[in-house]
Amino acid sequence: MTLAQRWAGVDPGSVSSEPAAEWWLMRAGDLHRLVSLLTVEFDEVFGPVAVDGVIRVRQIHSLADLPIGVTEEQETASYRLHETGTALRFSYGLGPDSLKSIVHPPRSPVWTMRRQDGSLVVDPALHGTTTRAVIGARACDIRALEILERTQTGGPHADPAFTARRSELFVVAIDCTHPAPTCFCKTAGQGPAADQGFDLAVTELDDPNGVVYLVRAGTDRGRSMMFALHLGYAPPRQIERRTRALEEANRDFIRELPNDASDVVRQTDHPQWEVVAERCLTCGNCTAVCPTCFCTDMEDRVGLDGETATRTRVWDTCFSQEYSHLGPGPHRASTAARYRQWLSHKLGTWHDQFGESGCVGCGRCITWCPVGIDLTAEIESLSLDPLSRPSEEMP
Amino acid sequence: MQHASPSPIVWPDSLDRGEPPSLAVWKFASCDGCQLSLLDCEDELLAVAGRVAISYFPEATTAMVSGPYDVSLVEGSITTAHDAERIRQIRRQSRLLVTIGACATAGGIQALRNGRDVDGFRSIVYAHPEYIDLLAESTPIADHVPVDLELRGCPIDRSQLLQTLAALLDRHALRLPTTSVCVDCKARGTSCVMVAHGTPCLGPITQAGCNALCPSFHRGCYGCFGPMESPNVPALRTQLELLGLDGAGIDRLLDTFNGPAFAEFEQEPESGPP
Repeated sequence: MTLAQRWAGVDPGSVSSEPAAEWWLMRAGDLHRLVSLLTVEFDEVFGPVAVDGVIRVRQIHSLADLPIGVTEEQETASYRLHETGTALRFSYGLGPDSLKSIVHPPRSPVWTMRRQDGSLVVDPALHGTTTRAVIGARACDIRALEILERTQTGGPHADPAFTARRSELFVVAIDCTHPAPTCFCKTAGQGPAADQGFDLAVTELDDPNGVVYLVRAGTDRGRSMMFALHLGYAPPRQIERRTRALEEANRDFIRELPNDASDVVRQTDHPQWEVVAERCLTCGNCTAVCPTCFCTDMEDRVGLDGETATRTRVWDTCFSQEYSHLGPGPHRASTAARYRQWLSHKLGTWHDQFGESGCVGCGRCITWCPVGIDLTAEIESLSLDPLSRPSEEMP
Repeated sequence: MQHASPSPIVWPDSLDRGEPPSLAVWKFASCDGCQLSLLDCEDELLAVAGRVAISYFPEATTAMVSGPYDVSLVEGSITTAHDAERIRQIRRQSRLLVTIGACATAGGIQALRNGRDVDGFRSIVYAHPEYIDLLAESTPIADHVPVDLELRGCPIDRSQLLQTLAALLDRHALRLPTTSVCVDCKARGTSCVMVAHGTPCLGPITQAGCNALCPSFHRGCYGCFGPMESPNVPALRTQLELLGLDGAGIDRLLDTFNGPAFAEFEQEPESGPP
C-alpha cells in the first residue's frame, strides 16, 4: 500500500491527535530514505539546490541533489556561497526562492483559444492533479505561504490554480539554525523554528558521530511517513541540544521591524519617500523575491496564423509604471510614489485588507535589491519626525 | 508588465481590402544582424507566407516591387546626408514604419563616435577618407522622421518581431515590456549576477525583451535593449562603483549599444508628483 492510498480519507491538513512529544531521530542514511520516499510518493519534489553559487528551490530527484557542506554570507545587495567541509545539508540562510515559486509560479497558463467552425473556442487551462512535496521550508516561508493563501483564496473567488498547487503540498520544514544577518523573523512574528503549517519538521544538528536530524510530525500524513521509515525516537539529550541550538539562532538577529510600522508607513508626506527614491531602481527585484507579493498581469499571445491565442498569468510588480496605468497614464509615475505604495501596502494597508502584516521578516528584499535598500532602515528613517530628521540620509 | 505602444497603430488599408500587406525591409548604418533575425524566423514565416507580400528585402530576395509599402521595417542609423534624405523618401512611401534594433532606435554602436574626432577616425580607418562623407553624429531614425513603433535590442528579439507581425496581420493590440531585465531574470530563475557574483550589470536600468539572455550565461547585461521606463542611472552608477568599476568603465558599459539613449537619464530621475 502506498502512502497515498494510506492517506485516502485523511485530511491533509489535519493536525496529529497524538501528543507532540514524538521526536524521531534520523541519520544521513535516513534522510536519504526520506527523500527517496518523497520522490516515490509525490509527482514533484522540490528542495534546496546550489545553482551558480546560490541556494535555489528546484525540483530534486534524490538527496544527492541537495547541497552539502556549504554556507552563505548575506548582506545588503550581496550573497556569497562558501564551502565549509562539513556534512551539514541545511546550514545556510534563505536563498531568493520562497514557496511562492512552487504555489504561485512566475508564469501560469490561463486558457488557450482557437477558431473552430466560424466561432471561437476557449479551453481553460487544466490545473491537474500533480502532487507536490517540498523539503527545506523555513518557518518564515510557511508563514508567508499562509499569508499568500489568504490573498489568493480568502475571498469569494478562490483562485483554482493556486488552490490546486497549495492544498495538497506536503511540507517538510527545516528549523532555521543559521538565520542570515539580513533577516528578522523574530520581530516579524515567528521562527526560527517552525511551529505549525508543516507535515514534518526537521532540525539538523552536527554530532561527533555524524549529523543527526530530529523530526517531528505536524499532521497525520507526516506521522504515517515516519512510521513507514521505521525510525527510532530521539534521546532527550539530542532534544536538549536542539533547544540550545535554536536559542542561539534566536539571539542572532541584527535587524528588527518595529510593531508600529503600520502607522509609520502611512505618513504619505514624509520626506523619506523622496530620499529612498534617489536610490531605488524600480527594477522589481524586491517584489519578485518577496514571499507574499502576489500581483500578476495577463499576457496574451496570438499565433502568426491567427488561428490560436494563449493567455498566461505572469508576475507583475507595483514598481512598474504600467502597473498603475489608467486612461491618462500611470497614476504612480514617480519612484517615490511606487516605493511608498509597496511598503505602505506590505506593512500598512495589508492589515486593513487581510488582518495581518504582509512581511514575515525573511529579508530577501534586502539581500536581492541591487542597490541594497533595507526596509528596516527605511522604517527607522520614517519613524523619525520629519522636522528633526538629520539632513544626511544617504549611505 | 507590458504596455500598449505610445500611439495607437493605424493599420494599413490593405488589410481591410483583404490583400496581403506589402512588407519592405530597409538598411542604414548597421551590421545586418536585425534583418538576419527576420530571416532566422523562416519556420514561423512559412505560416504567413501567403499573408504577407515581401516587396523589398534585398538581403533575402532579388525581387523588388516599387512602393508604396504597407509596412517598412528599418534597420540601422543615419550617418550620412544621403541616409537622411533616403529615410524621408522611405517614410513617404510607407504607411507604417517600424524601426528594428539599437542602431535604428538609438544610433547604435556607431554612436560611440558622437562628440569625438570623426575626421581622425576617418583618416585612420579608410584608405581613401576623401570618399567618405559623414555626418558628425550617428542618430536614430526617429530624429529624422516619425516612427510608428520601435523594436529595441542588438539584435532585436525574434519573438518580439513575430508578435509585431502577428499583431499587424490580425490587428490585435501589441504589448511590449517596459520593465527591467531583472523582471525576466527573476521569472526564469536566473540568480542575480550582481548580488551573487559581484558582476557589473545594466539589467536594472535596461528594458526587458531579451528574456535576460546575458545573465543566464553569467554575464552582466550590456544594455542592448536601451533604457527601461524609469531608469535610475545615477543610482546604478553608485552601485557599479561599489563593485569596482571606475567612471570610465561605467561610461564604456553605458555607451556601447545605447549610449545616447542612456545619456538622457544621467541626471537625477525626474520626480513627478507622488
